[in-house]
Amino acid sequence: MSGISCRNAPTRKLSGRAPSPVPPLAQPAASTEAEALLPVRFQKWFAARGWSPREHQLALLAKARENRSALLIAPTGAGKTLAGFLPTLVELSAVPHLPLKGGGRHPKGGGWGAATGTEQAADPHPNPPPFRGRENDQLASGEGASSSAVRSDHARSNLISTGRSVKRTGGLHTLYISPLKALAVDIARNLEAPVAEMGLPIKIETRTGDTPVSRRQRQRRYPPDILLTTPEQLALLLSSDDAPFLFSSLKRIVLDELHALVTSKRGDLLSLGLARLWRLAPEMRAIGLSATVAEPEQLARFLVPQQPAAQIAADVVIAGGAAPPIVEMLDTRERLPWAGHTARHALGEIYELIRQNKTTLVFVNTRSQAEMLFQDLWRMNDDGLAIALHHGSLDVAQRRKVEDAMAAGRLRGVVCTSSLDLGVDWGDVDLVINIGAPKGSSRLMQRIGRANHRFDEASRAVLVPANRFEVLECRVAIDAIAENAQDTPPLRSGALDVLAQHVLGCACGEPFLADELYEEVLTSAPYAALTRADFDDIVDFVATGGYALKTYERFARIKQDKQGRWRVANPRVRQSYRLNVGTIVEETMLKVRLVRSRAGGTGSTGALGRGGRVLGEIEEVFIEGLVPGDTFVFGGEVVRYEALVEDHVYVSRANDRDAKVPSYMGGKFPLSTYLAERVRKLLDDRRAWNALPDQVHEWLSLQKDFSRVPAVRELLVETFPRGNKHYLVCYPFEGRLAHQTLGMLLTRRMERARTRPLGFIANEYAVAIWGLGDLSFMIRHGQLDLNALFNPDMLGDDLEAWLAESALMKRTFRNCAIISGLIARRHTGEEKSRRQVLFSTDLVYDVLRKHQADHVLLRAARADAATGLLDLRRLGDMLTRIQGRITHRELEHVSPLAVPVMLEIGRESVYGEASDELLAEAADELIKEAMS
Amino acid sequence: MNPRGASLSVVDTQSAFEVAGVTMLADLSGTLFWEEQRLLVVSDLHLEKGSSFAMRGVLLPPYDTAATLGRLAAVVARLDPRMVIALGDSFHDRRAHQRLSAQDRDAIAALQARREWIWISGNHDPALPSTLGGMVATEVAIGRIRFRHEPTGAIGEIAGHLHPKARVSTRGRAVERRCFASDGERAVMPAFGAYAGGLSIRDEAFAKLFGTATFTAHLLGDTRLHTIAASRCY
Repeated sequence: MSGISCRNAPTRKLSGRAPSPVPPLAQPAASTEAEALLPVRFQKWFAARGWSPREHQLALLAKARENRSALLIAPTGAGKTLAGFLPTLVELSAVPHLPLKGGGRHPKGGGWGAATGTEQAADPHPNPPPFRGRENDQLASGEGASSSAVRSDHARSNLISTGRSVKRTGGLHTLYISPLKALAVDIARNLEAPVAEMGLPIKIETRTGDTPVSRRQRQRRYPPDILLTTPEQLALLLSSDDAPFLFSSLKRIVLDELHALVTSKRGDLLSLGLARLWRLAPEMRAIGLSATVAEPEQLARFLVPQQPAAQIAADVVIAGGAAPPIVEMLDTRERLPWAGHTARHALGEIYELIRQNKTTLVFVNTRSQAEMLFQDLWRMNDDGLAIALHHGSLDVAQRRKVEDAMAAGRLRGVVCTSSLDLGVDWGDVDLVINIGAPKGSSRLMQRIGRANHRFDEASRAVLVPANRFEVLECRVAIDAIAENAQDTPPLRSGALDVLAQHVLGCACGEPFLADELYEEVLTSAPYAALTRADFDDIVDFVATGGYALKTYERFARIKQDKQGRWRVANPRVRQSYRLNVGTIVEETMLKVRLVRSRAGGTGSTGALGRGGRVLGEIEEVFIEGLVPGDTFVFGGEVVRYEALVEDHVYVSRANDRDAKVPSYMGGKFPLSTYLAERVRKLLDDRRAWNALPDQVHEWLSLQKDFSRVPAVRELLVETFPRGNKHYLVCYPFEGRLAHQTLGMLLTRRMERARTRPLGFIANEYAVAIWGLGDLSFMIRHGQLDLNALFNPDMLGDDLEAWLAESALMKRTFRNCAIISGLIARRHTGEEKSRRQVLFSTDLVYDVLRKHQADHVLLRAARADAATGLLDLRRLGDMLTRIQGRITHRELEHVSPLAVPVMLEIGRESVYGEASDELLAEAADELIKEAMS
Repeated sequence: MNPRGASLSVVDTQSAFEVAGVTMLADLSGTLFWEEQRLLVVSDLHLEKGSSFAMRGVLLPPYDTAATLGRLAAVVARLDPRMVIALGDSFHDRRAHQRLSAQDRDAIAALQARREWIWISGNHDPALPSTLGGMVATEVAIGRIRFRHEPTGAIGEIAGHLHPKARVSTRGRAVERRCFASDGERAVMPAFGAYAGGLSIRDEAFAKLFGTATFTAHLLGDTRLHTIAASRCY
């Protein structure tokens, strides 16, 4: 692993190593190795391009020959994709001269490897075979189906009967799984070049949600050699009863962007699909392609069947030789803000950087930050630089336009969110600017890698902290990158709601025995520790809902036959499964349409011009918080909310410079535990302060003199009066999500301790609570015990009581209910319109919680809450860490360290729990209005 | 963010409004109490909605009937009405009453003991059998007040059917609750059933009914009722 300090998203170019002025040390050995591993045809192809195969490309070929699965860890520009496909291309290029009868191209038992190695190297097809016949031509017709122009006669002689009156050739050889369908399509296109240039008899096709039904059907009967698809499509294919026919010939599976896939429920779904494939195609070997992760050996477990009581991992191949990135923090000439996330102070400097470079990617953490920054840059763009905006909520056509312009090198800058973290290759990006908090070192390294399309050239990046705390975060992130310290999360343990979906999918295919399916599921790494009790609960859930009250036997969705095999009860269940497969539960989105303004804005649409240009989509949750007339930033401009009609939000152009309603939601990812730890260390290390900008150094020194700078493992709690209220500020540094939960639970406890709390606010670093009781006095006189207040037992009854009504918990439950198949996101027939929502999962949550609190779906939601929106696990770890290490400072007024979080009061919109106060406030306004 | 209930001093679990000159108490539970008559009105119980969905393959938890009846029992115990009117759609479908568990049947019988009970039929349960105890009727009139399931807009009418709910938004935050809708002459009751959804009072169905958008919503908060003009809700 040494020698690489930059890890990033993989390139989409299929390339080898360009000639280098300095010959690598291992060159002679490598070329002999290359001769041994690469057929002549491939050697010539590399040579014709002036390339030589890279070491990790050969290493994967060697692993393939040894019949081993492998995880390749490589940065952008390393030829990762070609490395992943080389074993497949080599194997398929060497169709053995054949077998007189029977068998496919790949006789069972032997697989590839040493036996055919010599023949492989000798290149069995010195001359391209004749063009294939009409029948195959038809097979390959259709958009998106790519195929080399040639196919050997042998292939046709290999047609075999499958017993389903369908003929096929050797069958599917390699599956490629990508998290993005656009990526699958792009890779298929790029694979065509080498395949055509070498004249390989290989048929390549994609299968995504956009693939027409006719081609999908044909793909099942006449599978291509290589199929590129997504985890959801794989699940669908596996749920068909001809899955054994389709997959029994499978030799390889290539999993792209594995580091990104495994962090979510999609990874769980994929792992269960893999377990199925290992059973259907025991010869199948996997290749994982990944950016650098903290624990490669853990990730490598994903690629091989796990066994009871043993941790088995694929071999890990690490590409070396990338240049370390050059990362700096913007040394701003301006005054550093105390709070906020806009980095408006540095606008001029950001603009200047864009002007000085050819193409700059400007990453921000949230959509609204992107909107605001884009708007600000545009306002000051006197040079008329081509600057574009890219985020996930923009209209797809709009995004494609930006991507195309970018690929063509027509853009000087793109302001973007994580929407560009993964994905296809972008022209020549020479600078990445990251605005705001880096959040995590691995995430930042991957982003920075976007600026590097030449493996051996250094990426350049500039970090722009938006406030003083973010300076600390940027500083430690730069140090972490220099040490190549990774902080990707550990491998997930598989979610029970995803398992429920998989079990239903299995029942849609060939009927299964519970014992066998349980054994199979245990081979998947995320589910290796699944208990039989949980598994049985899930089967019970899929069948009849898993309720203690057994009243739904006659409505069972899956049923056992006499042999004990489970199968779907009726075709409607199968149909519903097919419509609802997948683990991505989108927020309900509304289309935003721009119309001409109508003064007043009463919420009715009478005088509104209907139609209007679609600007993009926005979360329904956000719109629900608005009243007509409110302004917010969208599509790069300030707009006024006019009305909501069905699923369309009508907005008009507002002339306001600033939007009334902030939409900063803190972004999806909290500060990583690792960076948080480093920030605490930095604070504790006086000498390290010298490396910080003067303004920040000064700020911390003031804090030291006035109050205290928290030590690494300590929790600093400050109390002080302000106005007619009393404040408590603490600094756990555990990220916004954990802090929100903490704030919610602390206020409950303080209420019980009669400190009369009124509200709280949380940011990434701190929590501030205010109320009427004099906290300093109460602590001084032993009426409020901080050790008791922060005791981990708050995760007991207090948490339970809060979960009963928490909107975040209800949202988590809803996602589980959808993924598990309890409720359908899509019904047979058309999608229900908004008014026709038949019941609310919030109501279901309330009832289930009261009557069967240990139901498997509630357990699944609890497991999600531990790491998801409530971040309970992290909160628990923190509370344990700080026990007996709480330092209290009683202050006369607000401390320098507390200023940032105090400034956010009233500025941030925080997820609120439904409250009488808000209703009362609305009622009061009415009264005031009536009295005036 | 305000922790729940932190600054509450007054607790209003009932809120009075007039219907055609008669004072009615909207109860925080979502029921309506006519004190003078000791009459309790509850609308849209939708019993056995869970099993109704289960028949169609959506296996909702089968506890909704017990949950709904449990809440109703608490209200009845607290107010001890002389008469109860179930204002229609008491059962989610025509056969729902056949799927009642023995316990739930007993619970209904216990509710009916020592008081008059009237089932008003609704569009979901147009043909209720007499075996459920109590009387079955299509509508009931007491003085100027008329109880029926589907509102017609007549003066003095108290109806259900529409499941009114309202949303209030301030500074980017929103709260949505079930509510009563009234304009002094007529009223629509919130749905009481555990799984019953809602229809925004800004839907044109309400404007048609009240003939105007100037009516009042009485929202069921966590600990009290809130009276808010419909024009301020969404």
